[in-house]
Amino acid sequence: MGMTMSQKLLASKAGLDSVRAGQLIMADLDLVLGNDITAPVAINEFDKFGKKEVFDKDKIALVPDHFAPNKDIKAAEQCNCMRQFARKNEITNYFEVGQMGVEHALLPEKGLVTAGDLVIGADSHTCTYGALGAFSTGVGSTDMACGMATGQAWFKVPSAIKFNLTGKFNKNIGGKDLILHIIGMIGVDGALYQSMEFSGPGVKNLTIDDRFTVANMAIEAGGKNGIFPVDDITLKYLIDHGAKVPTIFEADEDAEYVETFDIDLSTIKSTVAYPHLPENTKTFDEIEEVKIDQVVIGSCTNGRLSDLEKAARILKGHKINPNIRCLVLPATQQIWKDAMHAGYFDIFIDSGCVVSTPTCGPCLGGHMGILAEGERAVSTTNRNFVGRMGHVKSEVYLAGPEVAAASAITGYITDPNTIEEK
Amino acid sequence: MESKGKVFRYGDNVDTDVIIPARYLNTSVHSELAKHCMEDIDADFATNVQDGDIIVGDKNFGCGSSREHAPIAIKASGVSCVIARSFARIFYRNSLNIGLPILECPEACDNIESGDEVEVNFDSGLIKNITKGTEFQAEPFPPFMQELIKAGGLAAYIKNRGEN
Repeated sequence: MGMTMSQKLLASKAGLDSVRAGQLIMADLDLVLGNDITAPVAINEFDKFGKKEVFDKDKIALVPDHFAPNKDIKAAEQCNCMRQFARKNEITNYFEVGQMGVEHALLPEKGLVTAGDLVIGADSHTCTYGALGAFSTGVGSTDMACGMATGQAWFKVPSAIKFNLTGKFNKNIGGKDLILHIIGMIGVDGALYQSMEFSGPGVKNLTIDDRFTVANMAIEAGGKNGIFPVDDITLKYLIDHGAKVPTIFEADEDAEYVETFDIDLSTIKSTVAYPHLPENTKTFDEIEEVKIDQVVIGSCTNGRLSDLEKAARILKGHKINPNIRCLVLPATQQIWKDAMHAGYFDIFIDSGCVVSTPTCGPCLGGHMGILAEGERAVSTTNRNFVGRMGHVKSEVYLAGPEVAAASAITGYITDPNTIEEK
Repeated sequence: MESKGKVFRYGDNVDTDVIIPARYLNTSVHSELAKHCMEDIDADFATNVQDGDIIVGDKNFGCGSSREHAPIAIKASGVSCVIARSFARIFYRNSLNIGLPILECPEACDNIESGDEVEVNFDSGLIKNITKGTEFQAEPFPPFMQELIKAGGLAAYIKNRGEN
């Protein structure tokens, strides 16, 4: 029987000719990632092993992005714990404030992930790199510690759901609408323990940023990983960002999938996930006037240059509603510079938005934009759980950058097609 | 290995943000995390929980963030076992890695309510609802997993075995 793309990659990393769903394997890792919340716990575990050195100082990435720049004294201690570990172990890919960005935007940008890589990260959105044809998945701090010590991790080989994509998006529709549509369709545990494999002629109509957004939220359907085939768009991205030589894996013709969904991208509509689960999706034919207090445009899901470009295109020449705080967070320093030079910052600031340094802060209710009791936000982030962005009685509505920007202008959740382009 | 205690019963999709809200993740001190365990769905949990107590959820327990702080907060609050219909995969792995026993058992979830006295035997996988006089069979932990849990987690287990 044939193997899925994920299974072929895992077999290769385990040194096996073939694997089957459910099989337990030990596999070699190409990269181990941690951040300022998860790495300190991992470092504590790492010390318990009694190992003096990490397995490879070039294959570990440490990014202070969640509560950085340090939000308080405790956070400063956490960041410092990671910083000291990075110095002691001469970790090549430690990114200090000034170089750092939101980790899942930063690592691909720095060329640290290539097609065919096996990556674990102590952050659930590590699945983002599947956009590049890598197998990448989120783990906890103990697994990260074992990965740093041994360069290996054990995996249960996943079965897969296939998403066969055709057609192309209509105006103001993007990767976020697609993945929210999918999560709405299969539920927050619809892909539990499984790979989400994207394929079909529609893939070529997805930009690399669309693919990052889609793969990023595989975890919100319970998925172990989300993965895209490697094509010319992937290869161009990898070359442009100086990534290692890629290894291309393709699913076998006779690969077995638990389920296959056919999705015509031209049928996807602007989609919003209502509180308090990403599966609570609605489209504008079902959305009534929901007044909001805050808009967040950024994160590992939608903080890339094309996301800012989409938001700027909607906001250009408009003022945001005076009752709205609209926070724009370019995900990395490079995106920040590129957005600045492209003139997007003039548009954001003239319309009344604030532009922040890169940080995960508001997405997880950490800092830089916490919600008060009863407040509502439209956010381009990835989770809308109870209390996710602040008070336990606040609400988060997930959407793409076009809906977020349109909603900032009107003060309620708004279809971007209703905003006059200037 | 056994555990016995009073049940705290929750529903579907208990996510790691409500198990331990991110606003408390600026520390990884276990006792500090325990103080805020389950705070956003059950504000009284940290006050009412006693050593040995058991959490019972429904499907997709522990979904969301990969924060190992979530099972750490549960374990540090004194909870001896989590039973659910299904677990999110990162939470499942993290729980066992830190030595928190968790069991999937849909039948038990159908028949256990808040406040029930429940006993779990990890050797046999038998879950007894003492209050209602009913029994349910979950998959028992294999010997290595029992050793790992007894050791207090994967790191200590590996060290004990001298594999590093």
